Amino acid sequence: MTQPSEIERLIEMMAKLPGLGPRSARRAVLHLVARRDAQLAPLARQMQLVADTARECTNCGNIGTADLCPICTDPRRANGQICVVETVADLWAMERASVFSGRYHVLGGTLSALDAIGPEELRIPQLVARIDEEAVREVILALPATVDGQTTAHYIADRLEERVALTSLAQGVPIGGELDFLDDGTITAALNARKPL
Amino acid sequence: MEVFTETQGRHAGVVRGGASRRMAPVLQPGAQLDVTWRARLAEHIGAFTVEPLRARAALAMGDARALAGLQSVTALLAFCLPERAPHAALYRRSVALLDLLPERELWPLGYLQWELALLAEMGFGLDLSACAVTGATGDLAFVSPRSGRAVSRAGAGDWADRLLPLPPCLLGEGEAQDAEVALALGTTGHFLHHHLAPHLGDRPVPEARRRFVELLARRAA
Repeated sequence: MTQPSEIERLIEMMAKLPGLGPRSARRAVLHLVARRDAQLAPLARQMQLVADTARECTNCGNIGTADLCPICTDPRRANGQICVVETVADLWAMERASVFSGRYHVLGGTLSALDAIGPEELRIPQLVARIDEEAVREVILALPATVDGQTTAHYIADRLEERVALTSLAQGVPIGGELDFLDDGTITAALNARKPL
Repeated sequence: MEVFTETQGRHAGVVRGGASRRMAPVLQPGAQLDVTWRARLAEHIGAFTVEPLRARAALAMGDARALAGLQSVTALLAFCLPERAPHAALYRRSVALLDLLPERELWPLGYLQWELALLAEMGFGLDLSACAVTGATGDLAFVSPRSGRAVSRAGAGDWADRLLPLPPCLLGEGEAQDAEVALALGTTGHFLHHHLAPHLGDRPVPEARRRFVELLARRAA
């Protein structure tokens, strides 16, 4: 051990974060310690604040600091559309694109036969309840293009059939993608979803 | 990752970078892969190197029945098969079934026949060749829930309501409409739940199968 145990412990904790390993954690800690007042102390305070206040939105499953997240409390987002996503990371990705102006519903996973995840483990009953409560006209299924993701999409579509308009994200060639580098499945999906020009 | 192979049966191993953007589309249930397994000792979990051969997931994406059936197949294989014990015949049946994924009309019947093959491979095959009571080969309408043998209408007599239905599709006859296949899956389901599952330590049969059968019955209604 070359550092005091407190700093070594911080490095170990940082190294467990996604995208960081022992070497990058060591670099990050060194960087923070060298800027104790400007970065380390404010970061510690902010982390403590988030640790004290972060919670799951009781309506949509997003992460916020109140019972209802800012999206669910914004009346402009109540436009009759709900976008169903697997995780909060997917919700944030959709928000980053700034193209969707409705509300979200985070399932917290997808149905998985091999991992024994059934509908009871997901926030599907809450979604069904929201359809009437929020006068939803359209549910957009933005779930992963995987076997588990699409099985979940079909399951939800089955539960909501005839109650609301159901749409799903298109599948196919990504922007900037070259056919030569795409896997067979993506090319198949893209060809099946071709549209007239 | 777990794979089902012709010569090694169900086999587990680690795929380094398996969750990466490049590998995630390859490692989907139902995919045909060329894998090489390496470990220092045979009892280690070891690591796979993976080369994709055929991606089948995209063929099923738009079809709820195919997706639900695919989930049921993979879950049942994981449920039934012991690790590293070859089941070559079942492997070939499974590959043939997965090749039917784009054939929406044939898929439910193909699945039913696969499930019969699974039961047979596990030692709980149904004998539907002749009536267990009279020996007759015609007018077979029921299956004995205890022996798995066919029973004719005449042979059933007053016991008919205690027997399982034997729709023509179980005998490879008729048009095998979805409702009939769902009924037949009720019969094979009895043997999965009451004969095979107790043999496997009384673990519950995967829910994915129930969801597939329910979907089939609902679509047929």
